Amino acid sequence: MPTFYGTEFASRLMLGTAQYPSPAILADAFRRSGAGIATVSVRREADGGEAGQQFWSLIEGLGVALLPNTAGCHSVREAVTTAQMARELFGTPWIKLEVIGHADTLQPDPFGLVEAARILTEDGFQVFPYCTEDLVLCDRLLNAGCEVLMPWGAPIGTGLGLNNIYGLRSLRAHFAEVPLVIDAGLGLPSQAAHAMELGFDAVLLNTAVAKAGDPAAMAEAFAGAVSAGALAHQADPMPPRDMAAPSTPVLGKAFLE
Amino acid sequence: MNITLNGTLQDIAGPTLEDLLRETGQAGAKVATAVNETFVPAGQRADLVLQPGDRVEIVAPRQGG
Repeated sequence: MPTFYGTEFASRLMLGTAQYPSPAILADAFRRSGAGIATVSVRREADGGEAGQQFWSLIEGLGVALLPNTAGCHSVREAVTTAQMARELFGTPWIKLEVIGHADTLQPDPFGLVEAARILTEDGFQVFPYCTEDLVLCDRLLNAGCEVLMPWGAPIGTGLGLNNIYGLRSLRAHFAEVPLVIDAGLGLPSQAAHAMELGFDAVLLNTAVAKAGDPAAMAEAFAGAVSAGALAHQADPMPPRDMAAPSTPVLGKAFLE
Repeated sequence: MNITLNGTLQDIAGPTLEDLLRETGQAGAKVATAVNETFVPAGQRADLVLQPGDRVEIVAPRQGG
């Protein structure tokens, strides 16, 4: 099972906490997903601290590890300060580091990401970088101190699945010992199963579950898909081939012409 | 004293960051703070004297993906 910075988890699902129809549905989705990690954020407080306290009570009740993010940060400074505030609020050195480089695609800024990862690692953080599948970028992130990589499958919130299978397979092959998590872009359980079949360690979901007609049911569907995909990877799938090959023995077939 | 609090210009009494939290009803609340884009740990709020024009951010736990 996946191990992140020395902590092993019984589930290969990480689940976001945003966009659910209600807190009760969020809690139900977590229960049925079996996810061991919840992503959270920090945002401006506007009403005397009530909203933050209510959300804090809700996520405390989930009984899962918390992974704060730096969502929406477009600069290194902004991401580092947000991470520092998140560490104090949530009491964890874990940070899902996002340094957004493009407003339309929400594509990571690879240069800022590496710089922020280095600053935060030196400051004692354990960084989960939201990155692309670029091998050079991922190598630099590991050199900066990251012990987990979280490449996107597709842009955040699109549900397009795994856009670059070759790149993701290549990443898995090059960094065989590094925990790899597909962080964004999944929309269907079949896509999560595919990620597991490719040998990824976990997937991080939010929109695919929260925006489903029945979020809790979709959470359970993803849990099943991830388990199936991981088992398939362990079972060593057959290599694909172009030519047909009969599965039923040819020898012994009756001649009936 | 005029400062910018969470993006909005405000006239506050101050003088410290801790005083500001009290003034805005957030003393003891689960919040984190930054002044002029620099994180201010909870233990340093009482010693941080705000200056006119400072940009203060007060944030709390929220939903995230």
